[in-house]
Amino acid sequence: MVQERLLTVNKLRTEFFQSKKSSVTAINEISFHLDKGEILGLVGESGCGKSVTSLSIMRLLNFTSGKVTKGEVIFDGEDLQKISENEMRKIRGGKMSMIFQEPMSSLNPAMRIDKQMIEGIRLHTNMSKEEARKHASKMLSQVGIPDPERVLKNYPHQLSGGMSQRVMIAMAMSCNPQMLIADEPTTALDVTIQAQILELMKKIQQEEGMSILLITHDLGVVAEMCTRVIVMYAGEIVEEAPVEELFNHPTHPYTEGLIASVPKLGSGVKVLPSIPGSVPDLSMLPKGCRFAPRCKYATERCRNEEPDLFQISANQKCRCWRQER
Amino acid sequence: MSRYFVRRILATIPLMFIISIFVFMFIHLIPGDPARTIAGLDAEEWQVEAIREEYGLNKPIVTQYVDYMVKLFHGDMGESMKSFTPVSELIAERMPQTLKLVFAGVLWAPILGIFIGVMSAIKQGKIFDHVCMLIAITGLSAPGFWLGLMGIQIFSVQLGWLPSGGLDSWKGFILPSFTMGCGIMAVLARYSRSSMLETLREDYVRTARAKGQKESLVMFSHAFRNSLIQVVTILGLQIGGLLSGSVLTETVFSIPGMGRLLTDSIQFRDYAAVQGLLMLFALQYVLINLVVDLLYGVINPKIRLD
Ligand SMILES: Nc1ncnc2c1ncn2[C@@H]1O[C@H](COP(=O)(O)OP(=O)(O)OP(=O)(O)O)[C@@H](O)[C@H]1O
Ligand code: SF4
Ligand SMILES: [Mg+2]
Repeated sequence: MVQERLLTVNKLRTEFFQSKKSSVTAINEISFHLDKGEILGLVGESGCGKSVTSLSIMRLLNFTSGKVTKGEVIFDGEDLQKISENEMRKIRGGKMSMIFQEPMSSLNPAMRIDKQMIEGIRLHTNMSKEEARKHASKMLSQVGIPDPERVLKNYPHQLSGGMSQRVMIAMAMSCNPQMLIADEPTTALDVTIQAQILELMKKIQQEEGMSILLITHDLGVVAEMCTRVIVMYAGEIVEEAPVEELFNHPTHPYTEGLIASVPKLGSGVKVLPSIPGSVPDLSMLPKGCRFAPRCKYATERCRNEEPDLFQISANQKCRCWRQER
Repeated sequence: MSRYFVRRILATIPLMFIISIFVFMFIHLIPGDPARTIAGLDAEEWQVEAIREEYGLNKPIVTQYVDYMVKLFHGDMGESMKSFTPVSELIAERMPQTLKLVFAGVLWAPILGIFIGVMSAIKQGKIFDHVCMLIAITGLSAPGFWLGLMGIQIFSVQLGWLPSGGLDSWKGFILPSFTMGCGIMAVLARYSRSSMLETLREDYVRTARAKGQKESLVMFSHAFRNSLIQVVTILGLQIGGLLSGSVLTETVFSIPGMGRLLTDSIQFRDYAAVQGLLMLFALQYVLINLVVDLLYGVINPKIRLD
């Protein structure tokens, strides 16, 4: 099967400005791609820039102090950094949509579900209100909501977390997007609901041939869902690999650490080895390799020179001096 | 849906009773002997006693309260101890002036205040925001009556554009309504700004943008509406204070309204009139708060549906 590119992110850099002059770089020249029909995982500890990456792609940071200061986001042949806000709005919620970590707070508490769904549908189609409502109802049954008519009439606070996330997914899917960005879609949900939501996403992805950028810090979710994985650390990509490679031969010490801290079924291990130390403050990054202060293999060179993202095999990349080619 | 509304309406009844007890007690705790005041300082003790008898002032206080409340329910607020006309008539005569004044303040101030607050939030950190908040802080720190006096000094005395008192023409309304509304406008501008800023950081605002919604509609139908939920409570408190706030404005602009009636009655120790007016002020305060709570239920489904 020939892979077709849907999204190419090229040397993207995003900074948060405290004032006109001073800023911190939250993501630093990251590059990756997403093929049509693929589920790409984006993993890393809290604060490493996963959400900022997705918000930068959607150009939703313009409403904060954040700004993309460099790089391109080519989506379906078009550079999203270059198009006008009007054109970008047609893409948001249309060809590219997004679901968030906190389903409960991501729905407007003062608006009924039907109105919130119809709003999105009518922005990207020319359906009438009635048609849009029917479509919304259909979408809700598609995401496994047994009584869509009742849910449509509800306000968000009348729904459970799992239910709200289903609504969010239905909403995101309602205009047939080519790409879905799911930013920790199950983190706020309890375990059984998590599994249901993931299964649902996978099912929809297979039926619709959609691409998903799945952001998570749960490697178990990655193993379950993704074909390829990107590992981020302190605003940079440190490893990129197909999912089997990543779990079988992690090459970056950070990835190794992440995998070691995933509980294995039936292993009986209670206390998991976790990576010592914590994610560095973006305004006080160490010189050299950003992971060096926490890395057990760190050498003098690591502490002074920043490694490149080395291509170590046809489809695996790693930002570590030990993998220098 | 209706359960919240019914419950809220019923809750005002005991509240009114408690307030009425407080007002009644308060009046009777004021130092001075009303019977003596009516009779005059050089009256004989037996004359004072006769007046006590006539007004029921020698009965136990509980009996007096019950008598008063029973009469009140029949629309009888007693008789003025100054002019010997029924208090209800006195009030009815003065009420239109005060209501006009209150409306003149209420019509523009909250709307302008909320508008300024919301726009400041949207333009946060820009010049517009700074200018508006400067005005709001000035409006908050300058007492209304002082603004009124300054207005009279500038526009009536020096420029001669506006009358210095009375509500006889539309020109007469300008300064009093400004005096009445200024504080409300400032308070609401501040509150709606901070409430709107808070709302703009909410996840659902991001969701609305992620849908591809226009920024103007994101602001209006998602952020603004939710930010109102907090503002409405403040609005109620502010409007509730207007009627009593009219006391100062009426004095400054010599408007013969209920506020003036209250100050005059207090000076004369006209207990019946003071009592009637305070009951009425309390009632309007409770009613306005009721309306606000009902409104709160209308815009906040969480409250209404629980
Ligand atoms: N609005 C903002 N203003 C300033 N800095 C921000 C803002 N949003 C994010 N950042 C910074 O950008 C960095 C990356 O944050 P991001 O939210 O992308 O992390 P994340 O990987 O999504 O973490 P999590 O797993 O907690 O969601 C953080 O260090 C954070 O401090
Ligand atoms: S470059 Fe050095 S410090 Fe960085 S991850 Fe590799 S071994 Fe560790
Ligand atoms: Mg995040």
